[in-house]
Parts: sequence; structure tokens; C-alpha cells
Amino acid sequence: MNNEELKTAITTLLPTGVFEEGGEWLNVLLEPSDWLPFALQVRHQEALCFDYMFCLTCIDWKTHLTMVYHLSSTKYRHNLVVKANLDKAKPDIETVSHIWRTAEFHEREVYEMFGVNFVHHPDLRLLILPDGWEGKNPLRKDFDDPVNMIKL
Amino acid sequence: MDITTNAAPENFPGQIQELPGGGIVLSKLDDVINWARSNSLWPLTFATSCCGIEYMSVAGAKYDFSRFGFEVARASPRQADVIIIAGTIVNKMAPVLKRLYDQMTDPKYVIAMGACAISGGPFFYNTYSVVKGADHIIPVDVYVAGCPPRPEALLHALISLQEKIKSGMTREQIKSANV
Amino acid sequence: MVEELGSNTEGDLIINVGPQHPATHGVLHLVITLNGETIKKVEPHLGYIHRSIEKMCESLTYRQFIYVTSRMDYLSSHINNHACALIVEKGMQIEVPPRAQVIRVLMDELTRIASHELWWGAMAMDLGAFTPFFHAFREREAINEIMEETCGARLTMNYMVPGGVLEDLHPDFQRKVKEFITLYKRKIAEYDDMVTGNIIFQNRMKGVGVISAADAISYGCSGPTLRGCGVSCDIRKIYPYELYDKIEFDEVLETAGDSFARYMVRIREMNQSIRIIEQLIDNIPEGDVQAKTKAVLKLPKGEFYQRVETARGEFGIFIVSEGGTNPYRIKFRSPGFSNLSALDHMARGSKIGDLVAMMGTLDLVIPDIDR
Repeated sequence: MNNEELKTAITTLLPTGVFEEGGEWLNVLLEPSDWLPFALQVRHQEALCFDYMFCLTCIDWKTHLTMVYHLSSTKYRHNLVVKANLDKAKPDIETVSHIWRTAEFHEREVYEMFGVNFVHHPDLRLLILPDGWEGKNPLRKDFDDPVNMIKL
Repeated sequence: MDITTNAAPENFPGQIQELPGGGIVLSKLDDVINWARSNSLWPLTFATSCCGIEYMSVAGAKYDFSRFGFEVARASPRQADVIIIAGTIVNKMAPVLKRLYDQMTDPKYVIAMGACAISGGPFFYNTYSVVKGADHIIPVDVYVAGCPPRPEALLHALISLQEKIKSGMTREQIKSANV
Repeated sequence: MVEELGSNTEGDLIINVGPQHPATHGVLHLVITLNGETIKKVEPHLGYIHRSIEKMCESLTYRQFIYVTSRMDYLSSHINNHACALIVEKGMQIEVPPRAQVIRVLMDELTRIASHELWWGAMAMDLGAFTPFFHAFREREAINEIMEETCGARLTMNYMVPGGVLEDLHPDFQRKVKEFITLYKRKIAEYDDMVTGNIIFQNRMKGVGVISAADAISYGCSGPTLRGCGVSCDIRKIYPYELYDKIEFDEVLETAGDSFARYMVRIREMNQSIRIIEQLIDNIPEGDVQAKTKAVLKLPKGEFYQRVETARGEFGIFIVSEGGTNPYRIKFRSPGFSNLSALDHMARGSKIGDLVAMMGTLDLVIPDIDR
């Protein structure tokens, strides 16, 4: 399916989704509470069949956080980008590690680097950082390390 | 009795006199021990990142380090003499490196290979997790520059280490000489 | 750390493999729960080579961050640099001259062969045979010499820049590549005799580490790991970049999903790379090797994603740009990260002696995983 057909298919699934313009793939912005039902739909619906999640990351705009999920289909070869804005004070979002098993490791990494809490994740703890770095969230823009970080 | 002929090999520190019924070796004990130790150093297989591939190239057939005595690369620190730190050391790996160094038996020597092990290398600025130089953790005898160093540079470093041992100037030897 | 592993029944043994271990291809720490010799759970502990690259790149310019990607997956360093150059060209709409495109594809395929050679030598050494290691390094040294003459370095060459390549080819390049092709074709038959056709290796790899296609897709595996399960996923065929849609080569697929299938995929990929090199080596067009670009590169505001096929799988770069000279957020999607998450699934129920064969066929490079 090309971007136009995907747009119509997704609007029927999620009328509240906002589409962003620009970029080579379709970008959908949705509420964090809509993410899990939408994910189940796009994974299991025959016409969409987004079975391959190839990137899961987070961006720290200084006022809020944005989760970015990149999905693709091995059957139809179309791609979709899903985004969700999170509140910096309480960044909670549902986990999708039971739908795409690759999300287990990726979500652990976002948890330790940005502090996002993934609700119902089977094993949410530090993956790459050493013990004792819980809560430090190095990839946030307000990470303070006067010894190592040089502000030019 | 002919005392002017010397039957020693080229680089043996001392003289060997062949006599009927046996021979006499004339040397300082320290020199002979250093000569023997330097020609048979066994490295520990320790490679964290890219310099490990150049280390493996030196172990390969084109640049061969077993002709200098580094024949067997041992996996266990108890059986190794020299640790070649090939790769970046990060905060999580630092206690592991210290524990490996402590487990090695005396006499032991350390070579810091590559820019990352000397000073943090290309990861010096704006990294929160890199140890800026392996000599913050363990004492180093020879530093090899390069990112990654050429195999010939590593061979030069190994030969420099051998010469340092023969002349008695490594940290280990200075420490034990002053005791 | 040990108490967090969950329910252990009486009589379970928990052992550590690594971080310093000759068979883990880097610093990987596995905590394995065993019942006798049967594996119940494998848990990777990462971070022993975490060099905080993503944070560091936020203070580097678009010409400077290329050297860092060389050092992430250092065995396919040209291909990683290629991805960096492509994403900047995509963002700034720079046209690459045809000579530079052909040189880039040639360097990529030579790097792929060199990476698979080292994988083959190291894998055979893990399974206990020391001789293939020296044979593999003989071919790798031939490729390293070719690279050194043109690019200046043997392992981490920063040769690809936004706009083309840094320098023109050495005059001896064509002759040396042709000599390498003749050497390689003679020697690949030796590999089949020594390792592939050897009954001991076949018994150690067939039926070991089986993963189904649906599970592999769910775990996000890519590259030879996924092609060994029969799923077509070669980025060079599906989302072609550079010249790959104009070159003839086959995508290698096997259906068994076990270690031997992944092994055969890589051996046959080396032959396909030789086929690509043979098509291009006599047809390098004339021209300049670098397009004229501005001195200071600034990507426009927006988000960009570029994916390439490295020797390990799909490598992706995701850049969020605010219009300045540094990326605002850069994320490297590494192939090893997802391939490693499938190790636990593959290893449950097998014996501890098979774990090394499984890790060998996954072809992990740990700095790629930890970034």
C-alpha cells in the first residue's frame, strides 16, 4: 500500500490520529492511551500486517518526550512511523513487548536512557548502564555531568 | 684449557666456556633470568573493541608474533604473563580489568594498545562512560599509538617490551629491586 | 544480580560466561541458568563497551560523526560510513557522481567479504579448529592491502563522505582486485573441504539453535539470521540504495532456520559479492569522485532514516535535526541488538556445548550492540 491508502486505512482504525506532513513515510501522532489497541490492530489486521518493528526510540524535546516507533511489513513492504507525546513529569506508556518481542530490549534501553516507564513490561531494569545509574537518564538534555560534558 | 672461545648464542648475556667434562656459564643471574623471561611472554586473550582485530592479525600468519615467543595466548589470567589492553575501557569494564590484573601472577607486564587504552582516544570529549586511559586502573609499561595501530607497530611494542625487560627497567623489576 | 533472575528450582547452576572469554567475540557477559547440562535461561548483560556514542554525536558536526560509526561495527566499517554519507545526502539533496557510486559499491562488497572471512575463521576456532583461522586471515590480509593503498587504513577507514569518496582510487586497484578474485576462487573450494563438508562441523551445526520465521521476525532479526529462516529481507533488494537496483545478484535464502542454514547463507553471500565485484571492476566510469558541497553542512529541520545492509543485518540511522550543524538526536539501529535478543529463545533446551555454535552463527560484534 502506498501512503495514501495507508492513511485511509489508519483513519478508519483511529479517527483521532494526526498525520504529519513531510518525510518519506507516513507519520501518525496519537495519544499514549491509544497506543496498545492501535498496535494490536495494525499487527493483526490482514491488509496491514505490520509484523516487523525495526526501530524504537525516544526524543527529548525540552518540554516533553516523544516516543517514536518504526514499523514495517515483511509481506507488503510498507512502512509506518508512530509517535506519542509523553509528559516529562510522568512518562508512562503501555509496553508492546508481547506483540513484537524485539521491543523487550529496546524498551529497557529507552527506560534507562530517558526514564520512560513502560507499564506491564516483564522485566524493566537497566540493560547497558552499570549498576547505580537508575534515574540518571543520560540521554536527556538536562543530564548534568560537569566532569565529562563540555558545553561549547 | 682454552678460555678465549665463547660458545654462547648471539644475544645471550654472558659467556659460556666449553670445557671437557662440562661447561661454565659466566653471567649475572638477573641478566639470564631477564633474558629467559622476555623471550617467552604469553599474552592474555583480552580484546574489547576494534584494536582486537589488529591483535588477531598479529596472531595470524602474515605478522606472526609467535616467532618472538608469544606463542600461546592463554585464556586464563593465572597462566598469562602480559596483558595487551586492546580496546576502550569503560566504567563498567574497569573493575573487571582490575580483577584480571590482580589475578595474574608475578611477573606481569602491561601493554596499552591503541588510542583508547592510552587516553580515551576518539571518545574523550562528551562521553559519560569512558575511562580516559587504562593507566587510571592499572600501571602500564608500553604504550602503542594508533587507531588502530598497524600490526608492525604492535610488533615494535612487543620487541620494546622485551628490551625493557632485558634491561631491567619495567615497573615490576624496579619495584622488586628496591624491596 | 543473581537474585533477580526469577524462579530457580532446586539444583540449578548459574554460571557466568565472560566478559573476558575467548569465544564471546568481544565483551559479552552471559548469565546462564543450567540444569545439569541443559540450558534453562540465557541472560545477556551488556554495557561493558558502552561508549555513549549517541550522546557524543550530539556535539559533533555532520562531517565529524562518520568516524564514530566506523568504530561501532568495525568489521563492516565502510558500510556504516556509507549509511552516514547517504543520510546526509538525502537530507541535503546532494547528487553523487557515478564514479563515486561505483567505488562505494566495490568497497562495500570487499568489506562484506572481509567480514564474512573473519566470521568464518573465528567460528571455526570457536568450534575447536585452529587452522581455518589462518586461512581466513590470509584472504583478509589481501583485502586489507587493497584498502590500505586507496583508503589509507586497514580497519577503520573514513573514506566515504557526504558527496562521494575522499580520494581517487590507487592506480593498482583494478589489478589487485582481479588478483584477489582469482586467489579467492581457488581457495573457496578449500573452505568447503575443510569445514563445510566436514562431518564433525555438520553434526555440530545441523539442528542446533532452530528459530522459526515468525519468531525471528518478531524478535527483529535481520541479515543472515533471518535469511536462514527463509524470509527475504535483503535491504539491497527490497529498498535499494546506490546502484544495487542495476546490478545482478541473487538473494541467498535457506529454509531450515538452524545454525547450518545461517552458515551456508554467509558462505553463499561471499560468492554473490564476488559476482557483484566482477560486474563492476571493469566498468568504473571516469569523472570526479566527490561532489561539490558547502563547507559547513546543515540538515534541514525534520527527521531522516537511512537503512543499509551490513554483513550482520540491517543497520539504520535515525537523525532528528533542528536545522543546525549538529544532530539534535541520533539513534543507531544496530543489527546485533535484535539478533542477540533471539539468543535466549534459541538456546532454551539445548546443551551448554551448543551455545558457542549458536553465538558463532549469529555473528555478534559487541561494540555494535552497546554503542
